[in-house]
Amino acid sequence: MKKSFSIKTVVAIGIGAALFFVLGRFVAIPSGIPNTNISLQYAVLGLFAAIYGPIAGGLIGFIGHTLIDLSWGGSPWWSWIIASAFVGVVVGLFANRLKVNEGEFKLKSIITYGVANVIAHAAAWIGVAPLLDIWMYAEPSDKVFAQGAVAAAANVLTAVVVGVLLIIAYTKTIAKKGSLDAE
Amino acid sequence: MAAKTVLNYLPRKSVVHDLTGTAKLVFFLLFTFASMITYDTRVLAGLLVISLGIFRLSHIKISEVKFMMVFMLIFLALNNVFIFLFNPNQGTEIYGTRHVLVHLFWRYDVTAEQLFYHLNISLKYFVTLPVAILFISATNPSEFAASLNSIGVSYRIGYAVSLALRYIPDIQRDYHAISQAQQARGVELGKKEKLLRRMKNSVGILLPLIMSSLQRIDTISSAMELRGFGKNKKKRTWYMKRPMQRSDYIAMALGALLLAISLGMMAVNGGRFNNPFL
Amino acid sequence: MEPIISFRDFSFQYRAQKRPTLKNINLDIYPGERILIAGPSGSGKSTIGSCINGLIPFSYPGEVSGTLTVDGVDAPHSSVFELSAHVGTVLQDPDGQFIGLTVAEDIAFALENSCMPQEEMIEITRRTAGLVNIEDHLGYAPHELSGGQKQRVSLAGILVDDVKVLLFDEPLANLDPATGKQTIELIDSIQQQTDTTVIIIEHRLEDVLWRNVDRIILVADGQIAADMKPDELLATSLLEQHGIREPLYVTALRYAGVQVTADMQPRHPDCLQLTEAQQAKLQAWFRSCPAPEKKQEQPVCLEVRNLSFGYTNERRNLQDISFTIRKGEMTAIAGRNGAGKSTLSKLICGFEVPQEGSILLDGRDLKEDTIRQRAARIGYVMQNPNQMISKTMIFDEVALGIRGMGLTEAEIRERVEATLKVCGLYPFRNWPISALSFGQKKRVTIASVLVMGPDIIILDEPTAGQDFRHYTEIMEFLRGLNEQGVTVLMITHDMHLMLEYTDRTLVFNDGHLIADASSAEILCSPDIVQQAALKETSLFTLANRCGIGEPVAFVNRFIEADREVRAHGC
Repeated sequence: MKKSFSIKTVVAIGIGAALFFVLGRFVAIPSGIPNTNISLQYAVLGLFAAIYGPIAGGLIGFIGHTLIDLSWGGSPWWSWIIASAFVGVVVGLFANRLKVNEGEFKLKSIITYGVANVIAHAAAWIGVAPLLDIWMYAEPSDKVFAQGAVAAAANVLTAVVVGVLLIIAYTKTIAKKGSLDAE
Repeated sequence: MAAKTVLNYLPRKSVVHDLTGTAKLVFFLLFTFASMITYDTRVLAGLLVISLGIFRLSHIKISEVKFMMVFMLIFLALNNVFIFLFNPNQGTEIYGTRHVLVHLFWRYDVTAEQLFYHLNISLKYFVTLPVAILFISATNPSEFAASLNSIGVSYRIGYAVSLALRYIPDIQRDYHAISQAQQARGVELGKKEKLLRRMKNSVGILLPLIMSSLQRIDTISSAMELRGFGKNKKKRTWYMKRPMQRSDYIAMALGALLLAISLGMMAVNGGRFNNPFL
Repeated sequence: MEPIISFRDFSFQYRAQKRPTLKNINLDIYPGERILIAGPSGSGKSTIGSCINGLIPFSYPGEVSGTLTVDGVDAPHSSVFELSAHVGTVLQDPDGQFIGLTVAEDIAFALENSCMPQEEMIEITRRTAGLVNIEDHLGYAPHELSGGQKQRVSLAGILVDDVKVLLFDEPLANLDPATGKQTIELIDSIQQQTDTTVIIIEHRLEDVLWRNVDRIILVADGQIAADMKPDELLATSLLEQHGIREPLYVTALRYAGVQVTADMQPRHPDCLQLTEAQQAKLQAWFRSCPAPEKKQEQPVCLEVRNLSFGYTNERRNLQDISFTIRKGEMTAIAGRNGAGKSTLSKLICGFEVPQEGSILLDGRDLKEDTIRQRAARIGYVMQNPNQMISKTMIFDEVALGIRGMGLTEAEIRERVEATLKVCGLYPFRNWPISALSFGQKKRVTIASVLVMGPDIIILDEPTAGQDFRHYTEIMEFLRGLNEQGVTVLMITHDMHLMLEYTDRTLVFNDGHLIADASSAEILCSPDIVQQAALKETSLFTLANRCGIGEPVAFVNRFIEADREVRAHGC
C-alpha cells in the first residue's frame, strides 16, 4: 500500500460523503420524539471510518455534513460540521485498528467499536459542538448544551444499535469461505 | 433527482454567475465569517444591505428558492424559541442591564435586552441566507472541485467533493430501490413499528446499500487509476476552471474588506456586541 | 512485424487464491489487429485484460511469472500510469467509470491528470467528442444519457490520450441489442480512423462478430484453448465444449445436419456461403416437423387496464397500458431503457400509485392493497442480488419475508426449508451468503420471494451479464418453477431468453405498449425490433437467405429443436 491517501481513499471519501448526504438529507426515521430523527448517516460514518481510517472518516463527516447544510439553503453551521468530522476522526482512530476487513469480528472488537462510538458522540455533541457554538456563535450555553445532550443521546443510540449491528453484518459478509460443507 | 439540483443550481446570465467559482467561494467564506463574529447591529444591517443587493444582481427569483427560505425561517423561529426557553436572561447577561417590558411567568420576563439579542441573532440569519443561497444556486457544481483546489485544498479532497456530488443521485436511486424491495418483505421504517425494531430494520436497508457502494468504490478507483488520477503529486489542471477577471478580484477584496470592518468594529466595541443600553 | 503485445510463458496467481488464474500463456498480438478474447466466466479472460492495462499486479496484487511486453514496456515491472499511456481501457460498468459531473469533464479527466493547459484540453476534448458523436452533449450529466451514450463518453475518455491499444472489458454486458450493435460499429470505425490495436473481451460472440475481427482467442481454465480466425473456430466444436454460445444460425445449420466448414465463411450470416444442397437440407429439416401444438388457454391471472402513470405532471412514463397475463405463462417485457418497463413492475408491486387505470389479480382490483399485501401474491426480484440481500445467513434471508406474519418458528422453518429444496439451496441452508456464487445469490433472492407463496414473480433482467452456463442455469431453474405453476414475468434485453424461454413478449416504447405477440414474431418484425432497441435474430436472416418464406415458423422450429436438445442434455 502507498501512503494513507490512495486513490481508493479519495473515492471512499467521495462515496462515503454521498451516502452521508443521502441518509442525512432524505431518510428520516422518526425517533418518537417530535422533530428528532434517527441519524442513520452516523452508522455509515462509523463503518467507513473503521474501514478507511480517521482521515477518511473526518473528511466524510465534514464534506457530507457541509453538503447537507448547503442543500437546505442556509449557511453551513460550522460548529456542528466540525463535530461530525470529529466523530469520524475519533471512531477512525479507535476502530481502524480492529481490522474489520479481515472478517473475524470477535466480541472484544464489537465492544471496542461500541465504546469508541459512545465516546466519540458524547465528546462531539456534549463537548465540541456546544463549545464551538458558544465560541463561534455566542449562543446561550444552557441551550446549546441541552441541544447537544439530545443529539448525543440520539446519535449514541443510533451508533450503538444500528452501527454495531451494521458492522457485525458487514464483517460476517466478508468472512472467508473456510471449510464449508453442504449438508 | 439531477446532480445539478442536488444543490439547486440555477444557471443564467448575471454578474454573480459570471464570477469564478473561486471568487464566490472566497467571498462566501469571508462573508459568513464576517457575519458570524459580529453581533453589532449596525454592522449586521450594513451586511444585510450588501447581501440583498447581491441577491438582486443574481437575477434569481425568490420563488425559485422558496423552499430553502421557508426551511430557514422555520429553523430560525425554532431557534429563537429555544433560546428564550433555555435562557431568557441571555440579553441581560450580555448587556449588563435589565429593562423588563412584560412579566410572563416564573423566571420568564421579556426584557428589552433579550429582545435586542434576538433581533441580532435573527439579523445574522437574514444576512447569511441570501449569500448562502446564491453560493449554491449561482455556482456550477462542476467548479467546486477546482475552486477548492485553487484556495489551497489538496486536489484529491477537491475531487472527493466532486465525486460526492456526482454519485449522490445514483446512491439516492439505489436507496429507493432497495427500500421498496425490502418493504415488500415487511421491512418497515415508519411509525407502525417500535423504535428498536425500526432501527434493526434499517440495517436491512443499509447493508445492501453499503455493499453495493463498496463495489462501486472498487470500480471507480480502477477507472480513475487507469486514467491517471494522482499521476502528479501536487498538481492537476481543471477543465471547468475559469480564468480570474477583474470582477473576481473585486469580489474577493470586498469580502476581505467586510471581514476587516467586522473585526475592526470588534476592536472598537471591545467585544462582539455593541451595547446601546449603556 | 514485431508484436505490440507479447505474453511469454506468462502465469499469474492472485494473492488470495490457491491456484494460478493464468497458466503459461503464450500469445502475440500485432499492431492494428482486432482481437476477440472469449471465454466463460472465471476462465481468466478478464485477468488477461487486467494484465495488459496494469491493474494486475499493481491494484490486484499477486504472483507473476514469465514476461509480458506491451508496446515495448515490460508491463509487470512498470506501473498503471505508465501503461495507461499505451493502453486505454473501457470497463464494463458505464456508471462506475463515468466519474465527471458532465460529459466534457469526464472526457477531459485523463488530460486534467496530465496537467494539460486548459485551452489545449478544451480543443482535444471537443475533437474527441466529435469522433464518437457526442459533441452535442458536452454539458450533459450522466443520468441524462442513455447507456450507449455513456459508453461513447468512456471511449472518448481514453481516446484523448494517444493510446496504441484499445481494450474493452465486456463492453456489451449492460447494453440492449441495438446499442450493442452500434457499439461494435463504433469500435470498428474508431479502429479504422486511429489505426489502433483493438482487444475486445466478451462472451457474446455473435454480437461482436457483427463486424470483422481478425482472431478469436478462446480462454478456458486459465489457458488458451484456441487462437484462430473466426471462420475456423466456428467450424469446430470448441465453443460449445467451453460453454460459449455459438451464433444461432450456426447452431441451426448443425441441427439441420449441415457440416459447417471454414470455407463457408460462417463468421457472419451475410457472408455465409451455402450450396444448394445445403439449403435444401435446411429446408427439409424445417419441413420435417409439424408446428408445435398450441398450449391450452389458462384462466387470466393478472390484468392491467388502461394504466397511466407519470413521476411528474409534465411527462407520462406509461400511457394507457392494457394487457392480460394467463396463469402459468412465462412472458418477457422488452423495450429500450426508459420505455416504461421498470415503471410497470413498480406499479404492479404497488411501489408507485397509478394516476389512472387499474391492476387486477384473479379479477380483484389491487388498488386498496398495501405493498406488503401485494408482495404475498406478486414477488419482485431485483436485477442485482447484492441490492436485495440484507442478512448474512441464507436461512435468515429467506425467512425474512414471512416473519411478522404470525407464524410459529416451526412453521417458518418448514416453509423456508421447503422453499430452499425447490431452489436447490437446501444443502447450503446454514452457509453464509458471502460464500455463494453470483448465480446462487440470485437463487437466494428468488427463494426469498418465493417463500411468501406468490402466484406471479417479476424479475428484472434475470440474466444480465451472465455467461452461457450461468444463463442456462438460472433460466432452467425459472422454467422449473414455471412448470410448477408460478407465472413468470421478466424484464429483459436478452433476445436468446425471449426466444428460448418465453412464449410471449410485451414490447414497450416511450410509455406505450407497442406489441404483444409471440417472441418469434416480435424478433422477425423489423419495425418492432427497431423501436424496441432489439436486433433481428440471425435465424431470420438465415431463413431469408435459404428462401424459407415463413421466418417465424422457421424460428419456432429452431426453438423446438433447441428445447429438445437441452431437455436431453446433449
